[in-house]
Amino acid sequence: MNRRDYLLRKIFFSLVTLAIVVVLNFVLFRVLPGDPVRAVIGRNVRISADTQQALREQFGLDRPVFPDQFLTALGQWSRGNLGVSWSLRKPVGEVLVAKLGNTLLLIGLGQVLSIILGVALGLLAGWKRKTAVDVGALTFSLIAWAIPTFWLGIILLAAGSTWLGLPTGGIVSPSNVGKPLYTVLPDVAHHLILPTLTLTILYMGEYMLIMRSSIMEVLGEDYILTAKAKGMSHWQVLRRHALKNAMLPIVTLIAINLGFTVSGAIYVETVFSYDGLGKMFQTALVKQDYPLLQGAFLLLAVSVILANMLADILYTYLDPRVKAA
Amino acid sequence: MNPRWTLLKRNLLDFWQTFRRNRMGLVGAFLVLTAVLAAVFAPLLSPYTPTETMRDAGGRALTFAPPSVHAPLGTDDAGRDVWTQLVYGARISLTVGFLAGFIAMFIGSLFGITAGYFGGWVDNLLMRITDVLLVIPDLPLILVLVATVRQLDLKVSPLVILVLVIGLLYWTSTARLIRSQVLSIKERQYVYRARAIGAGNWHIVRRHILPQIMPLIVANTVLILSTAILIESGLAFLGLGDPTQPSWGTMLNFAFDRNAVTNGAWWFYLPPGLAIIWATLGCVLLGNVLEEMLNPRLASHHLEGEQSIVTHPPAPFPAREGGVAKSDGG
Amino acid sequence: MTSLPLLRVRNLSSEFVTTDGTVARALDDVSFDVHPGQTVGLVGESGCGKTTTLLSIMRLLPVSARITSGQVLFNGTDLLGLSEADMRRCRWKELAIVFQGAMNALNPVMTVGEQIREAILLHDLMDSSHATRRVDELLDMVGIAASRRDQYPHQYSGGMRQRAMIAMALACQPSLLFADEPTTALDVMVQAQILELLQKIQKLLGLAVVLVTHDLGVVAEVCDAVVVMYGGKVAENGPVDEVYNHPRHPYTQRLLEAFPDLNRPAGSLATIPGTPPRLNALPPGCRFAPRCHKAFDRCHIEAPVETGLGRGHTAACHLLEKTEAAK
Repeated sequence: MNRRDYLLRKIFFSLVTLAIVVVLNFVLFRVLPGDPVRAVIGRNVRISADTQQALREQFGLDRPVFPDQFLTALGQWSRGNLGVSWSLRKPVGEVLVAKLGNTLLLIGLGQVLSIILGVALGLLAGWKRKTAVDVGALTFSLIAWAIPTFWLGIILLAAGSTWLGLPTGGIVSPSNVGKPLYTVLPDVAHHLILPTLTLTILYMGEYMLIMRSSIMEVLGEDYILTAKAKGMSHWQVLRRHALKNAMLPIVTLIAINLGFTVSGAIYVETVFSYDGLGKMFQTALVKQDYPLLQGAFLLLAVSVILANMLADILYTYLDPRVKAA
Repeated sequence: MNPRWTLLKRNLLDFWQTFRRNRMGLVGAFLVLTAVLAAVFAPLLSPYTPTETMRDAGGRALTFAPPSVHAPLGTDDAGRDVWTQLVYGARISLTVGFLAGFIAMFIGSLFGITAGYFGGWVDNLLMRITDVLLVIPDLPLILVLVATVRQLDLKVSPLVILVLVIGLLYWTSTARLIRSQVLSIKERQYVYRARAIGAGNWHIVRRHILPQIMPLIVANTVLILSTAILIESGLAFLGLGDPTQPSWGTMLNFAFDRNAVTNGAWWFYLPPGLAIIWATLGCVLLGNVLEEMLNPRLASHHLEGEQSIVTHPPAPFPAREGGVAKSDGG
Repeated sequence: MTSLPLLRVRNLSSEFVTTDGTVARALDDVSFDVHPGQTVGLVGESGCGKTTTLLSIMRLLPVSARITSGQVLFNGTDLLGLSEADMRRCRWKELAIVFQGAMNALNPVMTVGEQIREAILLHDLMDSSHATRRVDELLDMVGIAASRRDQYPHQYSGGMRQRAMIAMALACQPSLLFADEPTTALDVMVQAQILELLQKIQKLLGLAVVLVTHDLGVVAEVCDAVVVMYGGKVAENGPVDEVYNHPRHPYTQRLLEAFPDLNRPAGSLATIPGTPPRLNALPPGCRFAPRCHKAFDRCHIEAPVETGLGRGHTAACHLLEKTEAAK
């Protein structure tokens, strides 16, 4: 396939997915719950009939659901107006932006560490197949797969706080709030150790498994035999011929995993009371703060879809078979 | 005897013999079986009920009591026996997991067979749907769906909602797997022959395709069960379970919310987690072994050690400095 | 042949351990010679051990296989006795191989030029800038424009990929080239071109070539000598003229009958009934006996040994042992 066609197809697919998410969001929060005013301003707020009517007009709720209300909502969302959180009494957009950085920091650290460790370990396991390294790595990834994320978090929390004196939650100790950066940074790092470790263990198993099967598949290819026949040592073959080919699926996996990454963040932030989007999502769920839930879902879904698209574009630069042609 | 039955019996025997030789599969089967038995015979495994509060001689509730003869896994914040909750929790966790897993398997197989067998726009449409579901982050989607459904005030148990949401979202991998398998079976000679003699679609699917992919479906279902059990535990941990019918995940939700960690009540938060691992690990081991037996992987690759030479060369060659590369015609 | 053989394979045996634990005897007592500048055809049905022979000689068999006995004398040195590091230095510099055309033998994410250059640099033959020039020369020799040096394998046609593979094999000026079904999966016109190229290069560089093929026509056209293999053993071995005109092994006879000959009416095209033996369930006695139209009791009990028939012609058949003994 032509590279341009490939890209266009991927972009088109992403747009369609985006559209589906937007429509889903609209249907779930505006159409299904019945009384739309309640859906917008909250169930427990007492307001007069006049105010209700004013709100009805403001949100266009007196007009037909489709297309009028839908288009109004679409316009508001595209301007970043995601409504007002019931529990926090603040615009949802503002709340989301404030939490986004913390979550990206946590997810980013966890992903980078798990990719490096997972790829290295998977490479070793696949190369030295059926040896102790391989069996050990497989056992690890199997158990990492079967452990519920939040439970792993709880165990690490209990162990880390009891034996290592690590903080049990949050990002920064209350006493350090507002202190200069050189006191805050080590404190933040201290707080990040356990949540990052949890995420790393969680993600690593999968990268390892994919790398292992990918490297095994590549090492079974004919061009590896050619490289060996050329007189290269195993290490040379691995480094020059196998690594790049085997890494290609990892790029795709990072993209596919983004959704999974978000799940991990929700659990880990909940367990460690880490002040990010995930924790906020859980709080919104418990407090039944629907505008917040809706906004967070929209933000997460859109980010994951866009990141997926970026990974697809990146892939075309890495694989010459897609790049040219 | 019915020849088809003989054939089936021979295959099953063959299967059992291979399976028995596989230690991983046996361990998996053991884990799954014990979990199921614990769930079925829960009342026999404990003298208490899960909601019963244990009290000391003075009538005070024994809260956060460490393991003892009376309560082998201690008590929780309300003085209830953790072991009893654990075996009764198995019922909820496994039932939700199994039901959700079966729904996912059923939808996945149905879509996979339809897409693979009919091809064309049906295939295209179904595969695009799975693509979309793959891209949307699953946990936020589930949480949002559950929240919405709860808002509707339907008078159903939260567990039913969990079963349906998990079942209706986790069928995509099955659908893809089944589809590719059906695609390859469809091209086989006997299917062509069946079609040539005028067999209908339903007949071909039922008589030729379904028997071929059944083993795959079984293996995949076992794998999906593990996913379903894990997802259920996560959702229950986030508070979406039924507090009146606690699963392992709900137990962990209680333990976490009621500060079992800070109280050092490890007997409250360790066992449910280990139970979840027990069941999921069992399903994964069992499923992987079944899959591998039906679909053997690559035997070896090109960098797997050096080729061994067992022969003993008769006598060392005198002129061999630095290998052949340097010896011209020597 | 008056010259000393470049390659002497003596009683080479190797086996595979299959996943269910049975042992497949892939090669049994294989012996043949290759003289400098000579082209030897290695023929037989698929699964008879042709490729295994090449891989055993280069010590490239997978880990599930092992060489159990024999010698591979290259210029008098037993390759089987070399250390792994010495063997690596020997590969490609002395013995290069061109894999099956159908195989994915070129790395898809490296340019063709880079893959050829890599071989030159690996064996320290010249510095980097000279190596690039050498790549262009090599590509030119096989009829590929230097401008396509920096393209990737998928941008090449099947025939060009095979040419590139040949250029790569010549990179370190080996004295012996193995070609493992180099024309399989190419279309007929391209097949002819590749064979022509191989012949041209062989003459030009004075290479010795071992050509693995199942096409007897190709052997008649290109080869000086032929080794006919069946079930991991050498059935017949000798100069092409000898073997083609006086095939002595019933298997060779049947093969040559199955091979369409313009001098014979098309109706008499023979095929050999049955299938080649599975290597982990070999028949006792002669491996061809179950399919042999001339087999008698002894064939099913005892394996025949190679019998010299003069002029470098040998064959392994009980019928020949009888006739040779009677002489």
